Amino acid sequence: MSPVGAVKTLKIDGRDLSGRQEETILDVARQNGIFLPRLCEMDGLSDVGACRLCLVEIKGQNKLLPACVTVVEEGMEVTTDSERLLNYRRMILELLLTERNHVCSVCVSNGHCELQMLAQRLGITHVHFPYRFPKEEVDASHERFVIDHNRCILCTRCVRVCDEIEGAHTWDIMGRGIDAKVITDLNEPWGSSETCTSCGKCVHVCPTGALFEKGRSVAEMLKRRQFLPYLTMMREENE
Amino acid sequence: MSAMSKKRLATVWLDGCSGCHMSFLDMDERLLTVAGMADLVYSPLVDAKEFPEGVDVALVEGAVSSEEDLHKIKLVRSRTKTLVSLGDCAVTANVPGMRNPFGVKAVCDRAYRENVTFDPGIPNQVVPALLPNSRPIHEFVNVDVFVPGCPPSADTIYYVVTELLEGRQPDVSARTRFGS
Repeated sequence: MSPVGAVKTLKIDGRDLSGRQEETILDVARQNGIFLPRLCEMDGLSDVGACRLCLVEIKGQNKLLPACVTVVEEGMEVTTDSERLLNYRRMILELLLTERNHVCSVCVSNGHCELQMLAQRLGITHVHFPYRFPKEEVDASHERFVIDHNRCILCTRCVRVCDEIEGAHTWDIMGRGIDAKVITDLNEPWGSSETCTSCGKCVHVCPTGALFEKGRSVAEMLKRRQFLPYLTMMREENE
Repeated sequence: MSAMSKKRLATVWLDGCSGCHMSFLDMDERLLTVAGMADLVYSPLVDAKEFPEGVDVALVEGAVSSEEDLHKIKLVRSRTKTLVSLGDCAVTANVPGMRNPFGVKAVCDRAYRENVTFDPGIPNQVVPALLPNSRPIHEFVNVDVFVPGCPPSADTIYYVVTELLEGRQPDVSARTRFGS
């Protein structure tokens, strides 16, 4: 193994770039102003490669790989914006939009939603799949916060921030596939959770209007994300 | 421009709040420009009772929610060159679609029985029957242009209408979005 911090050189979209060996393709792309869409990845949280939006092509490999969990390698040639990738990304977003009930016009996060913004950025004006219109629950039992499963895209940012940053692990995932959902404690009402510290970190990392503060109406829920990299940095300094 | 060469424009109101039509009217003085380019041959804003043949551009607001909506959209499609799905209800089912998870029976009971004091009962004439789900237009007929937005702004509608009347294909992705 090469020493920590060794530099790897690679090509992204034809540009000669370099990154430290522990960095991911997404890290290097971001440092160089190359846009990669993502909904599950967040600076300050562990990476899970769940949303598949940051998939990239790597020369010599048939598989598409998620840039957020693929570390750079010497001589790698990465493509981030082929027509094929764009088609897959649009398809993923359209599937997310049809899987549950994302009614932007009446959503607390209208105008501040990462899913909505990405859909526009990728030129989605309609979806090609039939809407499912599932019946989803809204749990407003917590004193200050609400979880609206209609808007949840299962990115698991709430699960990770609660576990990794707050240390409470109130959130988790229950069920599989299309039946998966985020739960508090052992699928109990959020309001009666004995582990939740009511810190609100989950609310502010949520990319959509699935988690919001009570009393917010349409388009009023602005999420403050700045705290996360700051908290992580301060903890690392103190270690 | 002679009257013969004028394009034929129509607007249609299915299951929506008419907000897209309000936004259409918000074009204000630019309505005169549109009127110079096309005749408004059918619309909730004019007198025509039946959707006519040979329409060049039809703007359709609202989701397909009832048997009447379904009948109308098929007729509109068969008589229109360029069909525009205007606004989130037409494009995604939006607010009308929020009834879908509950089912028609629960929705009708709520509206016509539970909240009614005088002669409660579900109407079976005059009011068209609801379809099982309220759905976007393009799940029933081919749509040529999609204009999301709740409602799309007057600027967006003006851009779309004038582009289409001049024979160009509008690109709305930078001008509007779901929920805008």
